Amino acid sequence: MLHNLLVNQLSNQLNNTSAPLQYLTLEGEVACIGNAVQELPEFCRDKEFMLQAYRWMNLTRAFDQKAVALQRTGIIGTYPSSLGQEAISVACGMALEKEDVFVPYYRDHGSYLVRGHLIEHLLLYWGGDERGSAYKPINGSEFDMPICVPIATQASHAVGIASAFKIQQKKQAVLCTLGDGASSKGDFLEALNLAGSWHLPVVFVINNNQWAISVPRHIQSGAPTLAQKGTAAGIPSIQVDGNDFIAMYEALSEALDRARKRKGPMLIEAISYRLSDHTTADDASRYRGQEEVDDAWGKEPIKRLRNYIHQQGMWDEKAEACLQDDCQTQLVKAVEAYQAFEAEQPEAMFDYLYESWPESMDDQVAACSEKYSRNHSC
Amino acid sequence: MTFNSQEMESKDITLVEAVNLALHRARSLDETVVLLGEDIGKNGGVFRATDGLQEQFGLSRVMDTPLAETSIAGAAVGMAVAGLKPVAEIQFMGFIYATFEHIICHAARMRNRTRGRLTCPLVLRAPFGGGIHAPEHHSESTEALFAHIPGLRVVIPSSPARAYGLLLAAINNPDPVIFLEPKRLYRAEKLPVIDNGESLPLDKCFTLREGSDLTLISWGACIQECLAVVDRFNSSSDSSSASIISIELIDLATVKPIDFASLDASIKKTGRCLIVHEAAKTCGIGAEIAAHVAEHLMPYCKAPVKRLTGFDTVMPYFKNEQHYLISELDIEAAITEVINNSF
Repeated sequence: MLHNLLVNQLSNQLNNTSAPLQYLTLEGEVACIGNAVQELPEFCRDKEFMLQAYRWMNLTRAFDQKAVALQRTGIIGTYPSSLGQEAISVACGMALEKEDVFVPYYRDHGSYLVRGHLIEHLLLYWGGDERGSAYKPINGSEFDMPICVPIATQASHAVGIASAFKIQQKKQAVLCTLGDGASSKGDFLEALNLAGSWHLPVVFVINNNQWAISVPRHIQSGAPTLAQKGTAAGIPSIQVDGNDFIAMYEALSEALDRARKRKGPMLIEAISYRLSDHTTADDASRYRGQEEVDDAWGKEPIKRLRNYIHQQGMWDEKAEACLQDDCQTQLVKAVEAYQAFEAEQPEAMFDYLYESWPESMDDQVAACSEKYSRNHSC
Repeated sequence: MTFNSQEMESKDITLVEAVNLALHRARSLDETVVLLGEDIGKNGGVFRATDGLQEQFGLSRVMDTPLAETSIAGAAVGMAVAGLKPVAEIQFMGFIYATFEHIICHAARMRNRTRGRLTCPLVLRAPFGGGIHAPEHHSESTEALFAHIPGLRVVIPSSPARAYGLLLAAINNPDPVIFLEPKRLYRAEKLPVIDNGESLPLDKCFTLREGSDLTLISWGACIQECLAVVDRFNSSSDSSSASIISIELIDLATVKPIDFASLDASIKKTGRCLIVHEAAKTCGIGAEIAAHVAEHLMPYCKAPVKRLTGFDTVMPYFKNEQHYLISELDIEAAITEVINNSF
């Protein structure tokens, strides 16, 4: 199914006539191609799987709302919301196998939750504590990378990790996420080039949420699609409705499976919309109209999946109420756990600089301790 | 594999051959060592530093990359995180600036930002410095740019034996190392190297000549001129006052972090300090050493500390590079000046 769509996409994308891969309409109905109702992928019949996806998406949104509130009250620092992009993030987390490696940018809270990072550790990172990236994810690889702030640089690291797997003849895949802004950077284009040239087991996902802070998609590139940037590198590339969990999971599963089977890299452009400000330090009303945002709310992923599972008889109001309660309970506990972390001792800034300690820095550690006693004696 | 150094024969080889020998040895000792860079495969690198390695260790271990320095550094970061020990070659230091974001924002910080969960044991090799009549952008000495970055080691060999031992140490080190090879010395001289797989210590300087009146600190290609001058001074029987002095010559070798303990011991003994480097003066490594002397060693100083460095200019193209590079006469004059300026 996907393969056919992929071929169509590839032949059509240069003149921009193909539509992104989509299974669910905005109302959560099964989408048609022409007059025919599409056949859904096999996993859609797995009730527990579909509900799990829905629960993760809701937890992601609840985490997001909590994190923004914590920033507003000074309990964590600047935070980038993933509001409206939960399907992409959760599908990434769920399509990965444990030993695959996840190489994220900084808006993948949903993937982080699915990979088994604890909420308190996510808060620790956004609360300005290096230990937020110190923990191996419970359901992820030991090589899962920390949040990457310098735009698009993670794409090169993903290629390096994929190259290591190829050299070591391992069967794992690497999944790298980035934003639409990052698709303009040389690092991303070089990473695509190297992945294509070395035929590496890596999948790139562009979370095209239409805005890179205040710069809209059309200023990022003159190319009709961002997916076609992969074509020039010899990489099969596809546009997917990023607000359709079923389409995202199907595309990711196929792409990661290809990678694990040594069939080479793939690029997925996931079309979504950033419903929030860029970060808590941003005010999107300076550069975009409310009408556009209202329109985007009509396409958001959680309502769409909820309508679908309702229609399928998998879900009801009572289950919904339980889920929302459960999310809040988890968050309250996690916030308590986060707040129980004391800041590290000042000298901890020296602890992980080098494995073998350069003695020439001894006096700086001593100066740090003295500075602390001078400025914090009570 | 173990080596008995007494059984290993010493061979006279050039500095670039020593680099090549160390790469062969490192890969033989450790299967996780991989090499990547431009033209390093069949061609063996533009200076032949990787000659024969792809033939011996295969295409998957000695990788020709696309012509993209950012990718080389970024991929090396990923490889290092995933359990390999990448040794990446940047063809000339003039092209190393494209690697900055990966080296500074990731390689140097990976251990710190994950509190030791992930590490980045990569080596970034590049030929550097002037004096070979190379085109524009092929002659700079910008080691200080990397030395400023916390979490990096910056290592510069100045003899075949130190190139061999320090490169092995750099590859064995669990943190990122910038390894800068003075290309003017690549084929300057054949000197003995024992291929015994033994590393030399990082973070330690090397005292090449002992002396009692002045500590001369240098590194890289300038060591060659320093050695010639110091040997003349130290063996001189001339009775004129300026030349009856004995000079201690230190090859700094690891320019970050600096082995201040050894420098301190030497300067306390001699009371005089001259730093010679090819790189531009402002914010060079010499400034760091001079500041250290001013902060910590003033009571021991018998003369003001002096820097003899390149100028704060763009490296002239090769018709005029001789007027920028440090000559033996420049070093002699600087030594005389320090002695004459004694308090």
